[in-house]
Amino acid sequence: MSDIQLEILQKVDKLGQIDSTSELYPDIDSQTMAAYLNSLKSHDKIDFSKKDTIFYTLTKEGDDIVSNGSHEVKLLKLIEQFGKLQIKEVANHLGANGKVGQARAFKNGWIVKTPENELKVSEKVADVNQVEDQTKEQLEKIRQNNLSGINDKDIADLKKRKLITPRKETTFKVVKGKDFSTELTKLETDITAEMVASGSYKDLKFKDFNFNSQGIDPQSGALHPLNKVREEFRQIFFSMGFTEMPSNQYVESGFWNFDTLYVPQQHPARDLQDTFYLKDPIRCDLPTDREYIANIKAVHENGKFDSIGYRYDWNEEECQRLVLRTHTTAISAAMLHKLAEDPKPTRLFSIDRVFRNEAVDATHLAEFHQVEGVLADYNITLGDLIQFMEDFFAKMGVTGLRFKPTYNPYTEPSLEIYSWHEGLGKWVEIGNSGMFRPEMLESMGLPKDMRVLGWGLSLERPTMIKYKVQNIRELLGHKVSLDFIESNPAARLDEDLYE
Amino acid sequence: MPTISVNKRQLFEALGKNYSNEEFDELCFEFGVELDEDTTEEALKTGEEPELKIEIGANRYDLLCIEGIAQALNEFLGNAEAPEYKLSKPTTKLIIEEPTTQIRSYASAAILRNVTFTEANYASFISLQDKLHSNLCRNRTLVAIGTHDLDTIKGPFHYRAEKPTDIKFVPLNQSKEYNGAELIELYKQPEQKNNLGRFVHIIEDSPVFPVIYDDDNVVCSLPPLINSDHSKISLDTKNIFIEITATDKTKSEVVLDQIVAMFSRYCEDQFTVEPVEIVSEHNNQSRTTPNFNARTMDIKVDYINSCLGLTLTPVEIAANLKKMSLKATPSSDDKNILHVEIPITRTDILHPCDIMEDAAIGYGYNNLPKGNQLSNANFVASPLPINKISDILRIASSQASWLEVLPLTLCSHDENFKFLRIQDDNTKAVKLANPKTLEYQVVRTSLLPGILKTVKENRKHSLPIKVFETGDVVFKNDKLERRAFNQRHWAAIYVGKTASFEIIQGLLGKIMQTFRTQWLPDYGSGSSGRGYWITKDDSLTTYFPGRGAKIMFRHKDGEEAKEIGHIGVLHPEVMSNFDIPYAGSYVEIDCEAFL
Repeated sequence: MSDIQLEILQKVDKLGQIDSTSELYPDIDSQTMAAYLNSLKSHDKIDFSKKDTIFYTLTKEGDDIVSNGSHEVKLLKLIEQFGKLQIKEVANHLGANGKVGQARAFKNGWIVKTPENELKVSEKVADVNQVEDQTKEQLEKIRQNNLSGINDKDIADLKKRKLITPRKETTFKVVKGKDFSTELTKLETDITAEMVASGSYKDLKFKDFNFNSQGIDPQSGALHPLNKVREEFRQIFFSMGFTEMPSNQYVESGFWNFDTLYVPQQHPARDLQDTFYLKDPIRCDLPTDREYIANIKAVHENGKFDSIGYRYDWNEEECQRLVLRTHTTAISAAMLHKLAEDPKPTRLFSIDRVFRNEAVDATHLAEFHQVEGVLADYNITLGDLIQFMEDFFAKMGVTGLRFKPTYNPYTEPSLEIYSWHEGLGKWVEIGNSGMFRPEMLESMGLPKDMRVLGWGLSLERPTMIKYKVQNIRELLGHKVSLDFIESNPAARLDEDLYE
Repeated sequence: MPTISVNKRQLFEALGKNYSNEEFDELCFEFGVELDEDTTEEALKTGEEPELKIEIGANRYDLLCIEGIAQALNEFLGNAEAPEYKLSKPTTKLIIEEPTTQIRSYASAAILRNVTFTEANYASFISLQDKLHSNLCRNRTLVAIGTHDLDTIKGPFHYRAEKPTDIKFVPLNQSKEYNGAELIELYKQPEQKNNLGRFVHIIEDSPVFPVIYDDDNVVCSLPPLINSDHSKISLDTKNIFIEITATDKTKSEVVLDQIVAMFSRYCEDQFTVEPVEIVSEHNNQSRTTPNFNARTMDIKVDYINSCLGLTLTPVEIAANLKKMSLKATPSSDDKNILHVEIPITRTDILHPCDIMEDAAIGYGYNNLPKGNQLSNANFVASPLPINKISDILRIASSQASWLEVLPLTLCSHDENFKFLRIQDDNTKAVKLANPKTLEYQVVRTSLLPGILKTVKENRKHSLPIKVFETGDVVFKNDKLERRAFNQRHWAAIYVGKTASFEIIQGLLGKIMQTFRTQWLPDYGSGSSGRGYWITKDDSLTTYFPGRGAKIMFRHKDGEEAKEIGHIGVLHPEVMSNFDIPYAGSYVEIDCEAFL
């Protein structure tokens, strides 16, 4: 307890209460005083109330008026001295204040204007030395802190004329609290191990907690928000029996990325505009399965497996050009080719990076993540695909899907998947799906009655929609804010954020 | 996918109904095109006629103009029958000369007689050629279209390849004569950069240019660049000569078929096209074009039903196909067979599965019964082993209070090498041939550039900055089919007022402990068991001299230890190269050691 606090308690003890702390302690500012009093109050030693008083001090001009009279009186005396005064002469004698004095003198009815624009003393004024200088009197009173007889309008007027300035003074009235004494027991802030061991806490008083507050941030690491969403997707796939594909292969041949998927060699997707080609290494080998290559050639050139083909000269060298994969379907194709060795119902998925030679903007990056599922089974139907998509998306809280016909080179039928988005108030495309083309699968050696469903979506887009991220660069890449990573909540795809 | 603009009023007139936005959107959805934009509101301000911007499938060239969309939708709605395209007798020839094989081997042609152009259908005619040129024709590289007022020229026509300077004519919309070489110069001017300049490269370097003459040696066109002004078409043109030149024969026929299918509707004798005899002896390509012999495909009823989970009768399937412009007739001798006639407009149909899709669209995707044919086999799901390792690392690192970051895989050459004080010996990094920006030149061989870029972007964050990444780097390897492979790495950095090596060293210890790997004193010599140690390596130039070390890992007792990564105090030059005004320590390991 400080000396001042002790003194305050003693004063209250002696006087019963303190009416104004600022009178007793003019040198202690109100904030410091409030701290002393709050601390005493927390021990219930005292109670106190706060009182704000407005004081006014005179400006330099105000002081001058108190000493030498107001501008209006000065002007009056001047006119009296000359008998008459040209209006334009006023400023020569009294400077800028002359105008103020003139206006006040007119208002008081002390002076009148002649038709020659001259000022003269009004006949109402008997003696210029006897007029009541109200401005001066008010200022004198204010200087003495006596506001009796001065109304708010006068104060406002004086403030406006910059003759006085307001000053707020806070003072406190102090009365005894319910545990008043002139001694102070120290309040404990925390329970210590020693108190627990000795039992001393039983005799101690503890400070009140302020529960209207937040704690200290724990030192913590964090997983990346996009990877958290990725993990949600992975768990959905696992729960539905899907095995993760070895998608860790960014460099692909044109063969696996395009030709196996029945993307013709003149297709715009193979343009330099869209696909990253490599300059080192430039080209690669083709798989050792020559029959497969022959099938691909036949299917592209003249057709095979009931297809009439694209009817162009298929170039094996074009297949050997290396690219950064533009979709993870390149991996799915390799997996399906492998499945042909022992065809059986299979469920596979991957969530990994793909690359597009695109101009970067708020919704496009040159690399992003593709979520892809592949389901192979005998004699399954388009209705199975639709039902499966509903089950899959229901796991992330998305229901009521609609399917729109679309075009992909390697699936037929192809279905874009739409869901109603409450937040945006419209149907949004949430993915793409289809049945892989039979001539693509039969080229691999898969049996005719094995049908393969495939679907895909980007990882970033649903994440951006769900968490209202406007710019993909704020989600993926080096421009992501660490604060965003640190403070991002758990990803729960099934959590409805639009309730 | 291409997007085309059609006049809203004209389209709704053609469909015979003034659709509300929702209704039209719904129709597009069910048919499989997408209404991208309706300019009605904008048009109110500008006073122009409202347009609909419709995105169509990249294989449906018959939908590239209002005529095609209206026809297809009307058939889908049951408002119209598919047109029956007819050929009249040929009256002229296009004679292809052998030298054209040096530059553009194929040509075909057709004539539309007594056409009535209006401003609207004339604009559509021009626009369809543009759309075809930019899509199917691959910016005129594969196919180029020329259309001419037949009444200004006379057949037979001659397709030749000649020296550029020998070809002289007044090109379209020019007032003076140019030779072929001068034209190249003309179209290489900057103001043509986004116009005809885009096509100059197709023939520029060839010693001969393709050229089409009429029988009086009047130049009709210099494909794929420009037509002659002499034969240009206008609103008043009655008879149109269409010539197609190409490097791809299939696509040349597709293009010709689409144009005549769309615009023969404006001929006096509707849907009738006059073919042209193509004489091309040198490569056995003599024929008459276009060829309207209907293509047919037999499709099995049970195949369609089995794919769609339906039990439709052949007649029902035929009704659904009719909505999609396909005329299907049940076979008289096999109840399971439908003969399907494929119109010239539907070049997208390559396989019975394409017909099966149309049957599904005709039936309505959203009307299909939900399936229950999936195997109930017990699928045992499992993660990819390396992803499992990654997850262990990610969780351990975040538990140790590091933040996970996810930079890009592609970076500049400098970021991967020079900025890290590393020389590129051309043995490791995969390099891109055609990036649009210098930001993407190589696939990273280390996680460090991305991590440093992330720190740079976050340098106002409170210190220390502790981030990690688990991600793939890519290395070349000549022995692999794809000549390169991914390797999963884990890396972490500490950035602060001091480099504080011991902190990153401590994190490494924590991570190794997670993989049951103890630190072995005396550089592993004290024990022969599983463990790790670090040993100074001054060849690691990214680190400050004397403060970089390699990480050695012995997998199991008695095995040879192998290097799995490196750790050290980052060289101040490296920090400066990435504009980071602090000191830092770093560790990176190859996760595959723990597989």
